[in-house]
Amino acid sequence: MGAAEQAVARLSEGPDVVTGEDEPAASVPARRPTAGRKVLPIVEGLVLLTALLLPLVLQDYLTVFATRVVILALFALSFDLVWGYAGIMSFGQALFFGAAGYGVALLARDLNVTSILLILPAGMLIGLTAALLLGGFLLLGRYPSSVIFVSLGTLTGSYAADRLARGWYYLGGQNGIPSIPSMTLGSIDISEGPVYYYLALGILVVVYLLCRFLVRSQFGLALAGLRENEQRIAFFGYKVQHLKAIVFAVGGTIAGLAGSLYAFHEGFVWPNMLGVVFSTQVVLYVLFGGSGTLIGAVIGTVIIEGVSFWLSDNYREVWPIILGVLLLLVIMFRPLGLISFLLGERERVGHFGKTPKEKRNAAP
Amino acid sequence: MPLLEASGISKIFGKLTALDGAALTVGENEFHGLIGPNGSGKSTLMKCVAGAEVPTSGKVSFVNTDITAFTPTERARAGMSLKFQITSVLPSLTLYDNILLALQAQSSLLDLVFSRTRRALHDQAMTMLTQFRLADRAHDAAANLSHGQQQWLEIAMALAGKPRLLLLDEPTGGMSLEERRVTGELLQPIKQHCSLVIVEHDLDFIRDICDRLTVLDQGKVLASGTIAEIQANNSVQEIYLRRA
Repeated sequence: MGAAEQAVARLSEGPDVVTGEDEPAASVPARRPTAGRKVLPIVEGLVLLTALLLPLVLQDYLTVFATRVVILALFALSFDLVWGYAGIMSFGQALFFGAAGYGVALLARDLNVTSILLILPAGMLIGLTAALLLGGFLLLGRYPSSVIFVSLGTLTGSYAADRLARGWYYLGGQNGIPSIPSMTLGSIDISEGPVYYYLALGILVVVYLLCRFLVRSQFGLALAGLRENEQRIAFFGYKVQHLKAIVFAVGGTIAGLAGSLYAFHEGFVWPNMLGVVFSTQVVLYVLFGGSGTLIGAVIGTVIIEGVSFWLSDNYREVWPIILGVLLLLVIMFRPLGLISFLLGERERVGHFGKTPKEKRNAAP
Repeated sequence: MPLLEASGISKIFGKLTALDGAALTVGENEFHGLIGPNGSGKSTLMKCVAGAEVPTSGKVSFVNTDITAFTPTERARAGMSLKFQITSVLPSLTLYDNILLALQAQSSLLDLVFSRTRRALHDQAMTMLTQFRLADRAHDAAANLSHGQQQWLEIAMALAGKPRLLLLDEPTGGMSLEERRVTGELLQPIKQHCSLVIVEHDLDFIRDICDRLTVLDQGKVLASGTIAEIQANNSVQEIYLRRA
């Protein structure tokens, strides 16, 4: 937020703020800033409410589109956790998304496994394993790896997986694996439409809440330290490489979950799902919506996918250019993403862990 | 047995020899000043001790353990702490969270995920903030502090892990006279549980708080001893004190 807006926000916090920054505020009692702290739950509530009501007003083909967006939002959360919160520049997040997609497609094709109770855990396990392998290699050195090393390493991993899938007959080569059957729960088919939509939405909400719990915990504070100054926190005794590998693995697990949902929803998997296209797309979702806020990742996905859908319908030839310019404008003028129109810096950073009672009482 | 014993430390950056067989010995509960003209290798020696630089040759022992090959994390866990020359508080976090971040560094993963040490660390965090005269700004972002206050916050953070040795690189840089005086006062009480190595240009400040001094010149130790011994040393007077 700009200096002027910050000043305005500070003024609106209440009279005790006008003490100014340089004054030794010896007589001012300890206080918690209160203004603007309630925006986030309102935004989250509104987004959830809209998402819940959407299938009631949308035509069927749009519900299918909305389901895809919800699954991609889940994928965006995985990248946001890794990059927006822990500062690990993963340019290859699609590797975990696609690997899980391919894995569950093979389970369905070759072993006739379609039960949701096996498919989703399998997708998560594949994402987790891939992230542990790649993360172990890229992040677990004796000294912390450089940002360039990690970003190029993840990018290369994703690109290599894409090429591998294209050339491998067993994986269907360029065409991927088509006609994946429906996911099942007992004898019920979970096919695309409102049922799949609410399934994906339910999973998104649960994962969102788990991520929210994580980033608002003391662990989230360690992540903030990691993101802002990893060298400094190593000198406090943090095992920086371990922290990174853990977050990377959690991100991989979520991406795997999203990838397996995506594969069964679309009914086929193809090499792009592993490669640079999806890896870059998820970076854009998060940048556009606002990295380092979970709701920003969701909003970014919804807006980019929604706008592309609308533009491609109405401006068949030039829509990628319009979208590109739009993205550039946001990234240039709102580096903290669209969510920064609503959310102040203080609320974005937030607090960590529960405040002990006596302190809350002491606050005015 | 001294707490810290660094010997034969050399550090070569390409063609530049920053340290040439330097040594530093610090006892328990000792405040040790590291002085010398610009470019004499003070900061480099400090970084080699802290693990921010790997010495080209030489040995660093801490609490009878050879820590030459330890990473910064391992050194921190062994009881060594460093305050950087450039303030590196985390500007967007509150003072309270900055301190908590330092305090919880050695909590286990599960304790962090379930915020189990938060309550126990709260009192410690407030005590430290009070001790460093920052308690009333606990919930301001660290970016809003004056330069001097940021330095104090850094010192508080460096002390959070209850180190046995604290390395301070120019703690009073950019401070007003009054802030320097307060910094001296803030550092005195830590002597009961912690030794200090301090790199500093302000010789009055060094004289006020240090027990012993090591003088570096061109990467070598010129002299080491008590304040009185150093003041009486002719070669030190020649290269340094006369100019100061």
